[in-house]
Amino acid sequence: MASLFANLTGPKKRQKTTGRERSSAHDGFLRHAGYRWLKIFVLICLVIIASYFWVDVQPRHNGGSWYGYTLGTIGVLIILWLTMLGLRKRAMTAGSWSLKAWTSAHVYLGLSLIVIGTLHTGFQLGWNIHTLAYALMMVVIISGIFGIYLYATLPQKLSSNREEMTETQMIEALRSFDRQLHDAAQPLEPEQAALVQGSLEQDPFSGGFFKRITGKYPGCKTRHAIAELRRARTYAPRTDNNPTEKVEQLLERKEDTMWRLRKHLQIKAMLQVWLYIHVPMTFALIAALSAHIVSVFFYW
Amino acid sequence: MSEIYRVAIIGSGPAGMSAAGRAAELGIAHILLEKTDHLSDTIYKYQKGKHVMATPSQLVLRSDMDFDAGKREEILGTWDEQTASLNVNVKYNAEVKAIRGTGPAIPGSIHKIVTRGRDGSTSEQEIQRHEPPYELELTNGEKIMAETVVFAIGTQGNPNRMRCPGGDLPHVQYQLDDPTEYIDEHIVVVGTGDAGIENARGLAEDPAQRNIVSILNRKTDFATAKDANVKALLADGEAGKLAVRLETETASIEPGWITLNTRDGEEKIQCDRVIARIGSAPPRAFVEQCGIEFASDDRLAFPKLSPVFESTAPGIFVIGALAGYPLIKHCMNQGYDVIEFINGNSNLKPADEPILEQKFAGLPGKRSVAQWLDFLRENVTILNGMNPLQMREFMLDSDAHYYRKGDVIFERNEPGSSLFGIADGSVLVQVDPANPSITVPIEQGSIFGEVGLISGRKRGATIVAAGDCVCVEISRTAALKLQSQVPAAKTAIERISTERQLLQMFGSGLTADDIAEVVETSEIRQVKAGEAIITEGEEGKDIYVIRVGSMIVEKEIGGKPVFLSYLPAGSYVGEMALIAGGQRTATVKAAIKSEVIRIDGEAFEKVLDQHPGLMERAKRDMASRQDINAYVESKKDSFSGVVDMYSGVANFLVENGIGEATDVLLIDENLCVGCDNCEKACADSHEGLSRLDREAGRSYAHLHVPTSCRHCEHPHCMADCPPNAIHRGPDGEVYIDDTCIGCGNCQRNCPYGVIRMDKVPPKKPGVLSWLFFGLGPGPGEPDKKWVKKKSDPNVEKPKKAIKCDMCAGIRGGPACVRACPTGAAIRVAPDEFLTVARLEREDG
Repeated sequence: MASLFANLTGPKKRQKTTGRERSSAHDGFLRHAGYRWLKIFVLICLVIIASYFWVDVQPRHNGGSWYGYTLGTIGVLIILWLTMLGLRKRAMTAGSWSLKAWTSAHVYLGLSLIVIGTLHTGFQLGWNIHTLAYALMMVVIISGIFGIYLYATLPQKLSSNREEMTETQMIEALRSFDRQLHDAAQPLEPEQAALVQGSLEQDPFSGGFFKRITGKYPGCKTRHAIAELRRARTYAPRTDNNPTEKVEQLLERKEDTMWRLRKHLQIKAMLQVWLYIHVPMTFALIAALSAHIVSVFFYW
Repeated sequence: MSEIYRVAIIGSGPAGMSAAGRAAELGIAHILLEKTDHLSDTIYKYQKGKHVMATPSQLVLRSDMDFDAGKREEILGTWDEQTASLNVNVKYNAEVKAIRGTGPAIPGSIHKIVTRGRDGSTSEQEIQRHEPPYELELTNGEKIMAETVVFAIGTQGNPNRMRCPGGDLPHVQYQLDDPTEYIDEHIVVVGTGDAGIENARGLAEDPAQRNIVSILNRKTDFATAKDANVKALLADGEAGKLAVRLETETASIEPGWITLNTRDGEEKIQCDRVIARIGSAPPRAFVEQCGIEFASDDRLAFPKLSPVFESTAPGIFVIGALAGYPLIKHCMNQGYDVIEFINGNSNLKPADEPILEQKFAGLPGKRSVAQWLDFLRENVTILNGMNPLQMREFMLDSDAHYYRKGDVIFERNEPGSSLFGIADGSVLVQVDPANPSITVPIEQGSIFGEVGLISGRKRGATIVAAGDCVCVEISRTAALKLQSQVPAAKTAIERISTERQLLQMFGSGLTADDIAEVVETSEIRQVKAGEAIITEGEEGKDIYVIRVGSMIVEKEIGGKPVFLSYLPAGSYVGEMALIAGGQRTATVKAAIKSEVIRIDGEAFEKVLDQHPGLMERAKRDMASRQDINAYVESKKDSFSGVVDMYSGVANFLVENGIGEATDVLLIDENLCVGCDNCEKACADSHEGLSRLDREAGRSYAHLHVPTSCRHCEHPHCMADCPPNAIHRGPDGEVYIDDTCIGCGNCQRNCPYGVIRMDKVPPKKPGVLSWLFFGLGPGPGEPDKKWVKKKSDPNVEKPKKAIKCDMCAGIRGGPACVRACPTGAAIRVAPDEFLTVARLEREDG
């Protein structure tokens, strides 16, 4: 079943008194304004592919012909403009621009570079600075496509996982369990108390990038403490008001919250991780591109 | 008892102190009575270092005491000094218990006091007024004689006292100034209102203080506290920071111990200190006992006063917050004025005279302020019942306009909640938006604009001046005050609004005479949120017009209630059973606290029978509603998941206050990547403070309602703003202007928690300097460390209330929506969102 909110294309209204435009259009960046940029993308691709076959360059298509220069110029302008998204996003100026429209254009124009760039090379690739620029561009584009995939699939998971809890609330909840554990563990035997102490002392998120992105924390002392306490209890004689029971419950609740928070941070990290390739590669691309352009003109 | 003072002033707040200062300056025998051991208790109780504002800024201060915006300590210091240097005769720890006239009885002057008990019963008491001089009896038994009395006791009242044995012991206190003062104590907080909860949490906040705190609640629910406070308290309780005891009352108190009545019997626990926060009694009862009459039974009513602040008891004057002036400057001016009046100065012009002169400056004809006030009062019918002093105060919140023939006064669909009264001339209402030449006149003396005032919705029609005319524009606050002060005005406004609403709804074919009977038999009914006015399957022909609030229509399909439609204020419902007969076909219930006009079905049927055109129209409306019902029902059979979802989402939104919203930010969590660019954009568009919290708030089916202003039809935040700084702007946005004094009332009143109190951070370097040179904290709200480093430690910036203003004045509109990279953030009005059209589109 499609989401109810995927295609509310609300009316654009002009405010009576201030003349400010007010839009309650609701569509994602991929389908912005009735797939405007998808249509532009298709058009660009068609025009360029058709002209590639239409224009007869001798002896064969290459980057150095007038046609190649034209595609190259268009490509480099698009690349520079696409880079500007980073600035647009951060400069909160007035005016009737929408970052969603920019993202939409960024995605589709970025995809059109596959066609523009490839045909610009005339399929002449080799081990040189020119092909390096091309390869970097493709890396940026592929990481971008991966990003779109993540943007399309992860937000629902992020939302379902947090169940109306905010990150701060999750951290607060963890702290509160820790406080309660600290009090509840007072009557325990020393070695059991040490298990709880281990859970309290361990930073639940240590272990760096790899653990965060996989969501796997093999050395988790909370889980270890639960397992150990449970085992100890199974062999101990059953009594009323066993303090271990309360500690165990608290540990389990702590683990639940921790699991949720780790999942939350994992999804958030996933939503950003591709940018760690996309953005630095963009700068590498611009550097390689500069070298490519300079060398082309140097050897002209 | 040796001396009879010329004037006794009760209360040493800004009003009383200023009065005493004037009396001292004029050399009048006076005494200033203060119940505590320091001056100006209300301001004294402000938190340490609080910045006190001086509003309204255009008002000139006229007092022997100085006052300017600044820190609490400085202001109190200045006043202490000046009180001493003027040789004001202050008597501390002097709480007045009773005031009696000692002269002969005033013939015919009998004051009736009606007191209403909690159970709804009333008791009446009659008091014979006596001539001055007055005898003031203090709680310690001392008596003071004075020819005149000035009441300047404010509206705080006295805290309710503990009535159990031991309630008068010294370790029982009613106030907590600084929770960090107490360490290693067993403390019991009595009462779970906001004050009690905040005190208890404050005392238990820092474990290093080692306080053992218990808080007692007589019941199991926390009806008098804000939801956020209750949640925080329960969380603290769960975390073991403090003990929350439900269904527990104090039985007795003794040094070191307290005995509690719990559900399981009596229990004695250790207790070094009792903090009782069990509400306070408003000063009205005491004031009434002194022979002072109030304008009405309304809880918010003020005493009846003459232009010189004299009450109905001769020689007793009322000034300050108790007289309806909560702002410090007003209070101080009145203190000065009242002493001048008592001293026989009859030529004194009020200090607000220049403000009023300004207001009347644009009007033709050279009248003085007093003449204009009389002119408006006499010519606008609803203002007739006001006294000159009320009229003066009323005019400070209102405006007078002069329009030439043909001028547009307001346009259809413009937001606006002010009421207009025609003092001279007449206006024309353009009833048909398609054809401006069809107009209905409104004559001199009458009012217009009442729809916006009552429903909080946009203007229903364009109004133009029929000839040159003078109108008074009554702000929402002034109109509400007027209705509580002058009951006749309230009835008149209600009658006119009912009549107009019916005429407007049912088209131009009708005249006021046609519907006279309908209006006569109609009644206005308050409906609680969730209460049904029409229940599916019942008999009934009455029609309901939604006057305030909004309703939802639900129908039982397949055993489950399915949401059919959302009805904003201004719509009517119930015509189906009237026209087609039979039972009610759907249930209509209030989405929020609402008001409806119930129209008698029989009376309306007569009108319908006489007017075929109206019948035609009603049938058309009915047919379109039947279409919706049929459509939803058919969908339900074939595609029930979507209908359930639609119904679920609609109910979720209504539960989250969208029913009273005019424009709300929603986030589609199918698209939201959690980048918080919306918050950053908000902060960067507004002095570095974000007015929205994306992550907080409720969600349903991936639709998220973040903590951000809904711009309610009747904003809760506006209810109690001392400087009247909250307004509705031209695009319908509710905003707070620069006169905010940072009192936090709006924050407490907002049920959605969207207002924050904060200091404006210093300006950041631009985004390019950050990007290329790493200067400043980057986009979004700067972190606390950076703010602290960059702020001047010698300048205490005041905290102000911060809330969404829908990016008013910023070209391009709301930054949160513009800055969303994926299109997850949208702003909608409820009637755009809660329509069955959504379902059709989904289907298509």
